[in-house]
Amino acid sequence: MGLLKQLSSFCIVIFGVLLLTFLLIHLIPGDPVEVMLGESASVADRVQLRADLGLNQPLIQQFGTYLAKITHADFGKSIHSKTPIIELIKTRYPATLKLAFLSLLIGSSIGIPLGIYAALKAGHWQDFVVTIVSVRLSAMPAFWLGPMLMLIFAVWLGWLPVSGMDSNASILLPAMTLGFGLSAILTRMTRTSLLEVLNDDYIRTARAKGLTEPNVILRHALRAALLPIITIVGLQIGSLLAGTVITETIFSWDGIGRLLVESIEKRDYPVTQACVLIVALSYVLVNLFTDILYRLSDPRVKFG
Amino acid sequence: MKKFAISILGFWILAVLLGRILQLTPNAINLNAILSSPSLITTSAAYLLGADDLGRSILARLLRGVEVSFIVAMVVTVVTMTIGVFIGLIAGFYGGKVDRILMQITDIFLAFPGILLAIAFAAVLGPGLGNLIIALCLTGWVTYARLTRGQTLGLRNRQHVQAAESLGASVPRLILLHILPLLASVLVVEATYSLSSVMIAEASLSFLGLGIQSPNASWGAMLRDAVRYMLVAPHYVLIVGMSLMSLILAINLGGDYLRDKWDVRKVD
Repeated sequence: MGLLKQLSSFCIVIFGVLLLTFLLIHLIPGDPVEVMLGESASVADRVQLRADLGLNQPLIQQFGTYLAKITHADFGKSIHSKTPIIELIKTRYPATLKLAFLSLLIGSSIGIPLGIYAALKAGHWQDFVVTIVSVRLSAMPAFWLGPMLMLIFAVWLGWLPVSGMDSNASILLPAMTLGFGLSAILTRMTRTSLLEVLNDDYIRTARAKGLTEPNVILRHALRAALLPIITIVGLQIGSLLAGTVITETIFSWDGIGRLLVESIEKRDYPVTQACVLIVALSYVLVNLFTDILYRLSDPRVKFG
Repeated sequence: MKKFAISILGFWILAVLLGRILQLTPNAINLNAILSSPSLITTSAAYLLGADDLGRSILARLLRGVEVSFIVAMVVTVVTMTIGVFIGLIAGFYGGKVDRILMQITDIFLAFPGILLAIAFAAVLGPGLGNLIIALCLTGWVTYARLTRGQTLGLRNRQHVQAAESLGASVPRLILLHILPLLASVLVVEATYSLSSVMIAEASLSFLGLGIQSPNASWGAMLRDAVRYMLVAPHYVLIVGMSLMSLILAINLGGDYLRDKWDVRKVD
């Protein structure tokens, strides 16, 4: 698929994401204004909110206004706190990015070496153990792994804070929760792609000309195997952003995922809408970026 | 491994049936038992696994919860598979413009990572079992559509399909009798994995307070309470978490077994 075709498909996806998040508020059964304000709200408040959200306009016009506002980074105001939503996102998003980045670091620094080890020991018991553990770990949802880590490291060992954001060490438990799940996926990917390369002719050549084994693995095999691994890492950043919703809730980490959950609890739907949009857009952008990077770095994959 | 998976799965299916037969009282409150630990010397069998923060039997709620888990997983899997396979067959069979439009739509749904879209739908639809199922169905069909479409594209040009077509077979006949049967094994394997992922999704949504509402029992909602009282009653979170993990593990092992047996490779 060519770059242009990919970009046009990307634009359609972005448009679709905007349309779907716009329609969210119209999926609310009954009158959205009544749902958001509750039954006891005064008539004046209702009229005001209806006008603020533009709900008294035709649907197409509403969508037009929605798009126009978003291009100016205007997501409207929070019904609950009356602050502009963009301010809320500005304060919350960096915390999520920080968490996602550290999880990525933890995941890669465990997953990639472990995957290399498993590939080198392929067929031996070490490989078997690593594979079993990584398969089990990747099947563990955050709401189970998170509390387990909390129980072990915070409650029983007392090494790390239980939750919150008060100390610098607070980030470790949520980052480990996300990172361990990621490391499991990376271990398997690294193992598979290294094993594929290890059977290639040029590796045999490298060995035949008498290179030392570490040299063969690190300079010849790993270099070729790294590309799919990097792609997987890139694709996982987006999933990490989504995974933060539950992890942040468990550990009271004030990121965008927790903002989303809080807004749902308060029925502050404009905030919900904005959070969903921001996470989805980040995901799509990171994926596009990874894909382009992959095409640029592999001479065999050509544009157009 | 196979025996292990079957016995765990059998155990939980038995638990569902047992939960039906026994007169469970998952909502009965016993104030003396609040957050009590599992013990063998209790006054009633209901408190074998201890009690939750309201003094309700963890055992009874666990049994009621696994039933909910199974029901949601089955319903969502059947509905999403039907919708997804239908869309995938149409896209793969006709190809061209139809295919491009349908796949563009699935791409839009895939632009929402993980269960984000299900969270969004569940949030606006409101809590409850029915809305939870709707939210998971609205987002779950995409995997099946992609999978079916990829396979159908390949099967479309097989000789037996071409032969049937040149003999004048109608489109529904071609799809239902010549393509769908060859997809069956792939779809069954996918459905097995989706049972466990729907269970996790249901638990995640209930964990966030978007699914099954109190006082009804569900594993996700139990975990939510259990995490809250983890410092005083760690057994609660351990029991619910281990139960969930054992069930997920057993289903995934079952999926692995079927995949290896039928030599299914995921094509996309």
